[in-house]
Amino acid sequence: MDHNHNENLLLKPNRPVGISGYGAYVPRYRLPASEVARIWTDSQGSLPIKEKSVPGLDEDVATMSIEAARNAMQRAGVPPSRVRAVWVGSESHPYAVKPTSTLVAEAIGAVPNVQAADWQFACKAGTEAMVAAIGFVGSGMADYALAIGMDTAQGRPGDALEYTAGAGGAAFLLGPAEDSLAVIEATYSYVTDTPDFWRRPYAKYPEHGQRFTGEPAYFTHIIEAGNALMQATHTTAQDYQYAVFHQPNTKFPQRAAQMLGFQKEQIQTGLLVPLIGNTYAGAAIIGLTAILDIAQPGDRILMVSFGSGAGSDAFALTVTDAIRERRDRAPHTQEYIARRTQIDYAQYARMRGKLVMK
Amino acid sequence: MEISRHWRLRKQRYGLMGEICPHCEAKLFPPRDICPECGGEAKTLYQFSGKGEVYSYTTIYEPPAGYEENAPYTVALVKLDEGPIVTAQLTDLGEEQVQIGTPVEMVTRRLRQDGDERGMIIYGYKFRPVGLGPH
Repeated sequence: MDHNHNENLLLKPNRPVGISGYGAYVPRYRLPASEVARIWTDSQGSLPIKEKSVPGLDEDVATMSIEAARNAMQRAGVPPSRVRAVWVGSESHPYAVKPTSTLVAEAIGAVPNVQAADWQFACKAGTEAMVAAIGFVGSGMADYALAIGMDTAQGRPGDALEYTAGAGGAAFLLGPAEDSLAVIEATYSYVTDTPDFWRRPYAKYPEHGQRFTGEPAYFTHIIEAGNALMQATHTTAQDYQYAVFHQPNTKFPQRAAQMLGFQKEQIQTGLLVPLIGNTYAGAAIIGLTAILDIAQPGDRILMVSFGSGAGSDAFALTVTDAIRERRDRAPHTQEYIARRTQIDYAQYARMRGKLVMK
Repeated sequence: MEISRHWRLRKQRYGLMGEICPHCEAKLFPPRDICPECGGEAKTLYQFSGKGEVYSYTTIYEPPAGYEENAPYTVALVKLDEGPIVTAQLTDLGEEQVQIGTPVEMVTRRLRQDGDERGMIIYGYKFRPVGLGPH
């Protein structure tokens, strides 16, 4: 690939775009992985994480998106009437047909002069909405667009995914770069048709390709996307203070970081999966919120998502001075992680609707 | 099926949208046509902050139809910072014991579903202890 061709692969708007506000959400309930092991494996074998977040009985992707969106709007300080798009990416929308996004838009006061839609691409539905919002703002069609990635992930009882399928996510108000706390320098997307994980209509739980989900799916897409973005932007791992990757478990993002040349210290801040589980469409982007909570102006951040099916969106960001005054306008991500009510498997079964009531 | 009623109430339910009386500046929740303070006509929308404190509370062990899935749960009279008192469920209490005077903040949650799992999901305000609930 020659140099120019490589740069043309970037998804980069004519008008520079950045993050005007961001907000996270994690429900307060935690199921230790040891509880899943106690029920299904007689506590044998190693655990992929310490514990995962579980939504309360009155929570779903709509309510969680509303709180994250309110946090993002508070940080941005932009009146909701100026938001021209509310987009929610998830694989656990409360309705099969009826948008989550209209409810979120109504709750934050962004209706009626607004575009609204729900996005779906397994774990990268959130970054997919972000890339689209970059186009919306970058083209001049809108000044502000809200992109959300949020999930209450499903895992079949006893399946490997039950240890990690968590709940949480983040919202980002994208706006003009001059009104941003982090400028999005460029993005790049890498997509192939790879059947590593899916859920058919009316099926309660997803199917996955066991070990096939590693090399041909997660690692190939993340590494290709990360490398292509760094090449096209003439950067290397050393140029970034922080990096965050999709995190289905603790090991995968650590190994992907190593393969791309990143050190442990660079990924520590955004690696939340050991304490909240895999939040699917929220996983990479909630890691980004934890980084923005402590990053300094001038810091560069690399984020690469991964969605089964399969694809990765890679982002290069640079933090601006506005981070200093905006980040304390809403709760930090670590505050959400710190509030915690531990539950056992029986409470989990009730809260996740696994008990037959009729 | 009460679709029209749920739709009519959506702004007050999702985000505590009330009214401010243009004559006496009383803040009203729920919104109404006539100000109960001065008797004047009230129509100006007012966004409540969502902050308040527990005025009184009780725990429900025998829930009315439609709320069985969440029992037991705590219901409170919440005195909003702006004045009005609203009835709402408390949520995210963890192991913390609620007390009269506990400062609370509004969150939007699932209240119930209309009928069975085929019915619409009804969302609305609840309150939790301030600062994201207890840590």
